[in-house]
Amino acid sequence: MHTLRKRRLIWIMVMLVLVGLAAALALYALRQNIDLFFVPKQIVAGEAPKNHPIRVGGWVEKGSVHHSNNSLQVSFVITDHASNLSVIYNGILPDLFREGQAVVVEGQLNPQNVLVATQVLAKHDENYTPPQIK
Amino acid sequence: MKFFKHLLSPKYSYELIGKLMPWLGWIAAFTMLYGLVDGLFIVPPDYQQGDGFRIIYIHVPCAFLSLMIYAVMAIAALLGLVWRIKLADFAVIAGAPVGAMATLIALVTGSLWGKPMWGTWWVWDARLTSELILLFIYIAIMGLSTGLANQSQQSRLRNIFVLVGSLNLPIIHYSVYWWNTLHQGSTLSVTGPSHIALVMLRPLLAMIIGLGCLFALIGLMRLRNLILWESRKSQWVRLWVATNKNNNKKEVL
Repeated sequence: MHTLRKRRLIWIMVMLVLVGLAAALALYALRQNIDLFFVPKQIVAGEAPKNHPIRVGGWVEKGSVHHSNNSLQVSFVITDHASNLSVIYNGILPDLFREGQAVVVEGQLNPQNVLVATQVLAKHDENYTPPQIK
Repeated sequence: MKFFKHLLSPKYSYELIGKLMPWLGWIAAFTMLYGLVDGLFIVPPDYQQGDGFRIIYIHVPCAFLSLMIYAVMAIAALLGLVWRIKLADFAVIAGAPVGAMATLIALVTGSLWGKPMWGTWWVWDARLTSELILLFIYIAIMGLSTGLANQSQQSRLRNIFVLVGSLNLPIIHYSVYWWNTLHQGSTLSVTGPSHIALVMLRPLLAMIIGLGCLFALIGLMRLRNLILWESRKSQWVRLWVATNKNNNKKEVL
């Protein structure tokens, strides 16, 4: 390889490594802001701010979903298999919402440490299969 | 080495692309016809998402190709920077709008898919945001492709920008593993088993090949035009025009 080309290649590689390092450090420093949601464990540990909208992600605990008889009000528990968090929500749930399903809930913690939700999103997995195989 | 020199001559590359074009077109047509018919009408619905999952046959190929096209452009940018190959500079210019199109389709179909399944059109999670940044990068490259007075300096600037932008590719790919996101992990895997039933996988692979050939075709047609415009004053273009003058009407395509 020509000396000139070799020099250019080395110069480019050094530049890319340095820019990559800077980007990696920035993303590492911002990791808590890049995460979309808290998990129940962090809530219990008091890492989430109170009186401020937050998102919490976890699985809907089996047998915890209770629908109100005369309104859209629903209450359920989300879990990360380490800690649990109670949620109350008044609104329309996504079609994929069911017990055992992963969800991301947006809302505020009330003084009793119950999440008063303003939005419930369903998070589905990467598996696709026809129903008869499942 | 001699073969590569030959390949880099504008005349030869122009003709080679011309020969490749019908092949790419026919492969794209057949694989996409199969993929769409099988994927949209024949394959059974998903156990969880029902018929809604079928948007995967557009979304995943476009999302995958939005990264692939950028990877190809990044290699071209490196060749352009180190070896000062004009054809590589042209490949970057030709690829940018095609990649932007793939990214835009991936974002729009993803949004349409997100509303019924997740319950929202858009969320600022790491995957969606980094893919949106990819679209902005593509648009910036297109902006850096409009002719300025000093072409070689502009090419250098553009190629450096493309290489710096390529740092976004691993971020997009690994975003769903590095951070917690609403977007799920990868369904397709090169190294391990894919998380999709075989009957559903077949049309998906067909669509990836088909759309890949289609985007390659569009990119190569743009590249061919750039080569022709660059060589417009050279001997071979004059000869080519002269010999094709009579049957130009047939040769428009």
